[in-house]
Amino acid sequence: MVSVSSELERPQAAAAPTREAAGAALRIQDVSHGFVLHNELLPVLDDITMCAEPGEFVALLGPSGCGKSTLLRLVAGLDRPRQGRLLVDGEVIAGADPSRVVVFQDPTLFPWLSVWRNAAFGLQARGVLKQHRSRVDDVLSLVGLTEFARVYPYQLSGGMAQRASLARALVNDPRLLILDEPLGKLDSLTRLAMQGELTRLWRQRGFTVLMVTHDVEEALLLAQRVVVFSDRPARIRADLYVDLEYPRRRDHPEILRLRREALGLLGLEKNW
Amino acid sequence: MSVVTAQIAPTGQQNTEALVNAVPAPPTLLTVSGLGWLTVAALVIGLPDEQMVDRTGLLATLLACAGAAQLLLWAGSHVAPVLAHAGKWARWFVALAVMITAWELATAKFNVLPLPFFASPQAFIAVYTDDFPRLFDCLWHSLLLLSEGYFLGAAVGFVSGVALGWSTSVGYWAHPILRLVGPLPATAWIPIAFFIFPSSAAASVFLIALATWFPTTVLTWSGVASVQTAYYDVARTLGANQRCLVLRVAIPAALPSVFVGLFMGLGSSFAVLVVAEMLGVKSGLGWYLQWSQGWGAYANMYADLFVMALMCSTLITLLFKLRDRTLAWQKGLVQW
Ligand SMILES: Nc1ncnc2c1ncn2[C@@H]1O[C@H](COP(=O)(O)OP(=O)(O)O)[C@@H](O)[C@H]1O
Ligand SMILES: [Mg+2]
Repeated sequence: MVSVSSELERPQAAAAPTREAAGAALRIQDVSHGFVLHNELLPVLDDITMCAEPGEFVALLGPSGCGKSTLLRLVAGLDRPRQGRLLVDGEVIAGADPSRVVVFQDPTLFPWLSVWRNAAFGLQARGVLKQHRSRVDDVLSLVGLTEFARVYPYQLSGGMAQRASLARALVNDPRLLILDEPLGKLDSLTRLAMQGELTRLWRQRGFTVLMVTHDVEEALLLAQRVVVFSDRPARIRADLYVDLEYPRRRDHPEILRLRREALGLLGLEKNW
Repeated sequence: MSVVTAQIAPTGQQNTEALVNAVPAPPTLLTVSGLGWLTVAALVIGLPDEQMVDRTGLLATLLACAGAAQLLLWAGSHVAPVLAHAGKWARWFVALAVMITAWELATAKFNVLPLPFFASPQAFIAVYTDDFPRLFDCLWHSLLLLSEGYFLGAAVGFVSGVALGWSTSVGYWAHPILRLVGPLPATAWIPIAFFIFPSSAAASVFLIALATWFPTTVLTWSGVASVQTAYYDVARTLGANQRCLVLRVAIPAALPSVFVGLFMGLGSSFAVLVVAEMLGVKSGLGWYLQWSQGWGAYANMYADLFVMALMCSTLITLLFKLRDRTLAWQKGLVQW
């Protein structure tokens, strides 16, 4: 874990190919969505309009069950919205696509595949594994799992599994990385280390990131913008800009101020 | 790093010692069992036979060889510690010696158990020496018939199970039929099968295939149907098409369940094999059973049953081995 960070910058920076596609532009226009439960429509998203510029890191913050994951599924193209449109680079999202990969809260590694095969899944699914085998090795060393390439998921710790899942996403060179509470289940130390790695990766590769988190501090430390949602049905309560250099310090006065503001928007200021 | 290694090194050495100690000491019980078998051999050859039996000499020789082998294992384990692992079976060897003695005394030596129905150990062995070609031919034909039917049934069952689990329209049409017809024991089809099929061999293959097909298809189906949707979501965002979802996600995820079906199918295929052979074929372990009963040759029946047990047990073991290899990614598999 520790050795990764030092390893990460040098060889990768040298090998960093120029193919690096810049991030995708995401536009969410008047999107409403809901689910039919017991013959009634349960509204989940209420008229969401927001966007993410190419290469921007946007965090989504909101109470549990408000509809954040639902929105991410729409962006990933796994579900279609009942109303409104979602566009990536000006084109309506019509289905799942490896340029928009999701890292879910649970690592959901395929238990029947070794770590290496898991990471290679996207390339293999698109039939380009032969040409790009080295990319799998690169990305595994990037997340520090080279030694565990042949291991099956049940032999991994929670943090390692989550890193493997991140590797599986990154192999596809995504233009939009969709993260659904990717660090939610990790212990606090692993979590800090992975937060650092995530920002490094993002700055190095330049993809757009849309990350859901329930941790206000995490959102403020990582993202350039923090979009705060209301209770279900989710509406946008605020769009906070975090105009600070990386790496950020959690005791920076601006972070502390924004944190109070965000907690206030979530109705939790008294608890702090 | 080196500090850490230095710290754990002594413990590591202790562990190695523990491992060395874990290699069993020369098992003394093996000497007891070995001498026991030699004694049984002496009894067999020494006591006069009450029943009319051949092969008393062969039986004694075999027993003596087994006893000597156990003593050799014990002696050898002083030189090659690996051999000491045989020690874990020593209690079985002792028990077997006792059982064989009781069996021999009750039959050949004192004629306590009436003759045609209970065979002595010698008579049992005589079947293998005297009727080996026929018995071997029967085993061969049984294996042939069983594998034809089993592979056919397993293949069709697997494919239909995947189709049922994957496609809602296949499920719509096939589900009611499966529910109605599937639970019928394959043996219920015997009259129809022997009437419809041109040869009784074909009918037997069909019956065995049918018996294998039902559990395989139901468990493959339920395996495919219960794959977590999260796996499909991940695969789709990684660019998988329908074909890839079936081949690389649905089927591997369903494999543990498929194997349960294959085991159940193998079990019911054994049952049908025996019945089908009793009815329609001229060679096979099931046929031999009936044929020897017709002659009142009970020793042959027991010998045949023993071969059958060996065959079924070996096939189940092979399937377990295949499963353990295929499902190495699962933890906590039952070891066979
Ligand atoms: N497939 C579904 N069917 C029915 N209701 C759902 C479904 N997915 C999510 N919901 C409901 O939508 C609401 C928002 O869920 P979700 O987007 O997962 O919230 P979160 O913001 O915690 O990620 C919840 O009330 C949940 O019960
Ligand atoms: Mg969620």
